[in-house]
Amino acid sequence: MTATEARPDRSPEFGGNEIGRDRRRKEDARLITGRTRWTDNITLPGMLHLAMVRSPFAHARITGVETAAAKDSVGVVAVLTGADFDESLGVCINAWPITPDQKAPTHPPVATDRISFAGEIVAVVAARSAAEARDAADLVEVEYDELPAVVDLEEAVKDEVLAHPDLGTNKSALWVFDSAQAGTGGNVDEAIAAARDGGIVLERTYRQQRLIPAFMEPRSVVVDPTGEQITVWSATQIPHILRFALAATTGVPESKIRVIAPDVGGGFGGKLQQTPEEMLAFAVARRLGKPVKFTETRSESLMSAHHGRDQIQKLTLAATKDGRVTGLKVELTANLGAYVALVGGGVPVLGAFMFNAIYKFPAYQFNCQTVLTNTTWTDAYRGAGRPEATYAIERLMDELAAEVGVDPLEVRERNWITHEEFPFTTVAGLEYDSGNYEAATARAKEMFRYDELRAEQQARRASGDPVQLGIGVSTFTEMCGLAPSRVLGSLDYGAGGWEHAEIRMLPTGKVEVVTGASAHGQGHETAFSQIVADRLGVPFEDVEILHGDTMVAAKGLDTYGSRSLVVGGEAVVRAADKVLEKARPIAAHLLEASVDDLEFKDGRFGVRGTDQGIGLTEVAAAAFAAHNLPDGVEANLDSEATYDPVNFNFPHGTHLCAVEVDTETGETRMRKYVACDDIGVIINPLIVSGQVHGGLVQGIAQALWEEAVYDDTGTLVTGSFVDYLLPTAADTISFDIDHTTSPATTNSLGTKGVGEAGTIASTPAVVNAVVDALRPYGVHDVRMPCTPERVWRAIREGGAGGDTTGAAAPHFDASTGMEGTVDRTDGSSPEGGDQ
Amino acid sequence: MIPAPFDYVAPTTLEEALTALSEHGDVAKIIAGGQSLLPVLRMRLNAPEWVIDLGRIETLRGVRDDGDALVIGAMTPHSVVAADPLVAEHAALLARATATVADEQVRHRGTFGGALAHADPAGDLGAPARALGAQLVIAGPGGTRTVEADDFFRGLFETAITEDEILTEVRIPKHPGWGAHYEKFVRVAHQWPIVAVGASVKVEGGTIAGAAVGLTNMGSTPLRARAVEAALVGQAATEEACRAAAEKAVEGAEPPSDLNGDADYRRHLVTVLTRRALLAAIADAGA
Amino acid sequence: MTRINVTVDGMKVADDVEPRMLLVHYLRERLGKTGTVVGCDTSNCGACTVHLDGQSVKSCNVLAVQADGHEVTTVEGLAQDGHLHRVQEAFRECHGLQCGFCTPGMIMASVDLLGRNPHPSEEEIREGLEGNLCRCTGYHNIVRAVQFASGHLAAAVTAGGGATEEVAQA
Repeated sequence: MTATEARPDRSPEFGGNEIGRDRRRKEDARLITGRTRWTDNITLPGMLHLAMVRSPFAHARITGVETAAAKDSVGVVAVLTGADFDESLGVCINAWPITPDQKAPTHPPVATDRISFAGEIVAVVAARSAAEARDAADLVEVEYDELPAVVDLEEAVKDEVLAHPDLGTNKSALWVFDSAQAGTGGNVDEAIAAARDGGIVLERTYRQQRLIPAFMEPRSVVVDPTGEQITVWSATQIPHILRFALAATTGVPESKIRVIAPDVGGGFGGKLQQTPEEMLAFAVARRLGKPVKFTETRSESLMSAHHGRDQIQKLTLAATKDGRVTGLKVELTANLGAYVALVGGGVPVLGAFMFNAIYKFPAYQFNCQTVLTNTTWTDAYRGAGRPEATYAIERLMDELAAEVGVDPLEVRERNWITHEEFPFTTVAGLEYDSGNYEAATARAKEMFRYDELRAEQQARRASGDPVQLGIGVSTFTEMCGLAPSRVLGSLDYGAGGWEHAEIRMLPTGKVEVVTGASAHGQGHETAFSQIVADRLGVPFEDVEILHGDTMVAAKGLDTYGSRSLVVGGEAVVRAADKVLEKARPIAAHLLEASVDDLEFKDGRFGVRGTDQGIGLTEVAAAAFAAHNLPDGVEANLDSEATYDPVNFNFPHGTHLCAVEVDTETGETRMRKYVACDDIGVIINPLIVSGQVHGGLVQGIAQALWEEAVYDDTGTLVTGSFVDYLLPTAADTISFDIDHTTSPATTNSLGTKGVGEAGTIASTPAVVNAVVDALRPYGVHDVRMPCTPERVWRAIREGGAGGDTTGAAAPHFDASTGMEGTVDRTDGSSPEGGDQ
Repeated sequence: MIPAPFDYVAPTTLEEALTALSEHGDVAKIIAGGQSLLPVLRMRLNAPEWVIDLGRIETLRGVRDDGDALVIGAMTPHSVVAADPLVAEHAALLARATATVADEQVRHRGTFGGALAHADPAGDLGAPARALGAQLVIAGPGGTRTVEADDFFRGLFETAITEDEILTEVRIPKHPGWGAHYEKFVRVAHQWPIVAVGASVKVEGGTIAGAAVGLTNMGSTPLRARAVEAALVGQAATEEACRAAAEKAVEGAEPPSDLNGDADYRRHLVTVLTRRALLAAIADAGA
Repeated sequence: MTRINVTVDGMKVADDVEPRMLLVHYLRERLGKTGTVVGCDTSNCGACTVHLDGQSVKSCNVLAVQADGHEVTTVEGLAQDGHLHRVQEAFRECHGLQCGFCTPGMIMASVDLLGRNPHPSEEEIREGLEGNLCRCTGYHNIVRAVQFASGHLAAAVTAGGGATEEVAQA
């Protein structure tokens, strides 16, 4: 069974038949024909191209920059270093100082005297063509005085080598939540002490490796300073936040800046940033008075766009002998990289509320130390804090099951919130509005044929099969729909979490919907059209969704944190309701009826008990003509609404994964993956299926393949797709997905977020499966990614498989050894071609 | 990214190519399929003044039967080699290995000779070439010379081809009736092999009459596993014989350590993969 | 500068280009064929896939001068007489795309795959697309799209309709 066959419950408030329908996407017509507007496609008259000069060193003092040769190069208009800019360049901001005393180095878009990570920008070249800009950038000679770099997270905590010597420490902030202090639960240390006497205490350390979002479209920015507004096109998730940040830090009035996110090729949190490249493009365009474009290469993207995850999780779980958890203590060390990014330390803090997951823990404590290092800065990556938390608790629940000697699902059932207990206030202080963990788990087990696979596992164990079967469980929940503004305020986040929508009823019967959400692959144009079509009773095809341009969608807080539908969609609903409220007196007037006698159904105002009526689009036309309106009524139906969510949104689900582990080679092959998610009411099951599948693979990729690796000097070893391993179609399988439905009670659509669910859920399911396969070999952990080598070592040597060697094979480094070229080999073959 | 500027010449005959090479050899790179060269140039890891394109020399393309051997033109694309019936019949190991090189798009452009000349020890074709006893024909200003595959690979990205020479064709002794298998171990499909083993065997009456085994990415060059071959020939074609012979795959290997595996893991892996490759080749011989 | 003559999406073009110009940059910057995109430096991602004389190639890994005298087809040249290619239709029908950045390359690789193997198994589809990375879809619906398109090829009839899963199970 798949999502496309499911007909989820419809919100009872709605007429129409669009919600729940697997509409093909409106967006696709242009995307499948190449009729797209990526930022890099934009060319303007007189446009100049930028190239960046970046530091190869992770930590160094800049002792000199020689730009004469570059300036003299053909086609070059300007070569600018940090010294050439004043404060109007602006800075990269941290919007979420997680504690009042957080230490955060200033983050200039271009380094002036000191480099803090390899890839940081030292100079920018503007030239007539991208090729000429690159040629000149290669001629900029920078002299560096290399400083000791701190790369390793555990080393950084010791404060022996400092990422920013002026700060005096690498420790940025310590953020603590304690259920005893908050009054949401008991004292965790007491719970642990009690469990040491006759109960179970599990102490584990898990490593969340560093990941790279690796959106397929490299970042690109075009800035046009001609005209009254400075127009910025950027491959960003956050046009509104970027506009605010540009205005707030450059001194240019916000009203003089227009930011457009045209077609954006994926983000996954990776384009939730105010970047040095955007700031520099903005400054150079203003300075030269000409449009400029900067498009990064993939190598630049991997090295300088923000990374994600990178935490050490020290966990202590207390439980009774029969596996009822009595307390959980979490001590996180989180790597910020070289700077505290836009959301920065807030990412691990988002996880603070999720370690208790779907369970009823009596006591809980969360401690997070954020740490600066000389590595690429980190920030949101799909799930942002919640995958890390989910991984830790779901791994621990499997460990607890092994300790107690029961099935992993059994130990979860002993601890989870039952469906009768909603709404439920958790030990972390959140109120879960709805859910049914029993139902999702029962359906997942049925789809998975859980008992049959367990039997096969036993048979393989008994026969000593070199290929062992492992079954992994993840009963996840997450908090999404970021976010209630008051909650964000209480956490010292620098903005609110509302979303805005506007609906314009055009005289020709078409409907324009403006949303402050900014899609980059999610399918808002389709899903929001379905919502409006049902709400207003207009044809799906007649609804046009406008977004991603601050001049069109003036108000908005953009797309991240699975918020677009549950926050932005609700704003659309409320704007639609206001349209109807404005239309009602006009309709009554035109029908010569009382407002109280009107009912609205299927796009028509009818007079109750008669066959008289008038269509909404006719009312819109009448309002436009304004020939015959009631007194005091304005001549349009256009309406807007700003919606601030009252709570987060809590999707959940049960994921089951079967893997075959080749104990001879250590290779893991996925055999089956079942996901039964409860994401409330589904607007478009086809789009939901895509979000789930894609999310699953990103989470599976953390478990099995992806890892950003640095060498000891701070050079990113996984600096291209040759070494940063994204899976292909050949590495993945088809998934079995389904849904149970517990409508959210905090929005009128009953929907829950789905953008991050697959990623949050799948990582622990896969690692649990790998470990489950290997338990007969005495293995109780394999560090991520579970590479064949790590699995082999874990079997052979115990432990979790060890570190990754910080060196890459030089497939593309062959050179003839000619002067002036990089030559890391002894190769002297004049043959260049290969493969 | 964009390569640094270079001048370009696309000769239509081998002679013209050799002349161009003699004029610019010290500052030139030859482009065959370009599937490794162009990334190198784009990332500006190399910046030749001249690029000499062999793509318009028709005589360097194609597979032909030459008595006891097949002759494969250096500029024959992988997709052609992988699909060629002569290669399938007489050098099945090469056909199998070529079908795994990179991906379909790369196989359409990349060439047999270019891959051998690039001499990446993780490339898929060096090990089969060595295992099958290939002879590499190299043209230079003084005429042509033939180099045995065993003598061709000199080190990491280093071959017997000198600055003024061009690899023109490769002679592969026919191995009719030999079973073959290329066992390639990767973490994701678009990766170079962490280790791969190419095995070809001739089975007569249940006994291994001939064995050819090559190892990929187990040293700075492709390797031929002669100890494995010697241990097999004359043995019954059984799992036990394969298991015992496979243990010898590590002899003479000096595998690298990198983020896909340390040397000790590769030493272990090669024994497992060799056994599997041999068993599959035996099965293939029987088919 | 080197003079090249190329046929691109049925149009004959002649231009002087720098030898270092990549085919993908020639298509995008000189011909305005911005449907074909660049996703990486190392030829791993396949977003730039076009057909050169009918065969799929990565246009970031071909010099424009190497295309001299040859024929190039991009995603913009697939539709004929206003009708989408069946693979394009299938990607929309099966939700085989999200952000759409990998899509032109994925479609061109799929067309090539189906040209060589009109009725591929799921495994053959997955292996056949190993040269193309997608970060959004998890590949599930891309595989469905190719299966859907191959069903069209087999039946050579009915367009549209039908849930994706029915085809997948067929």
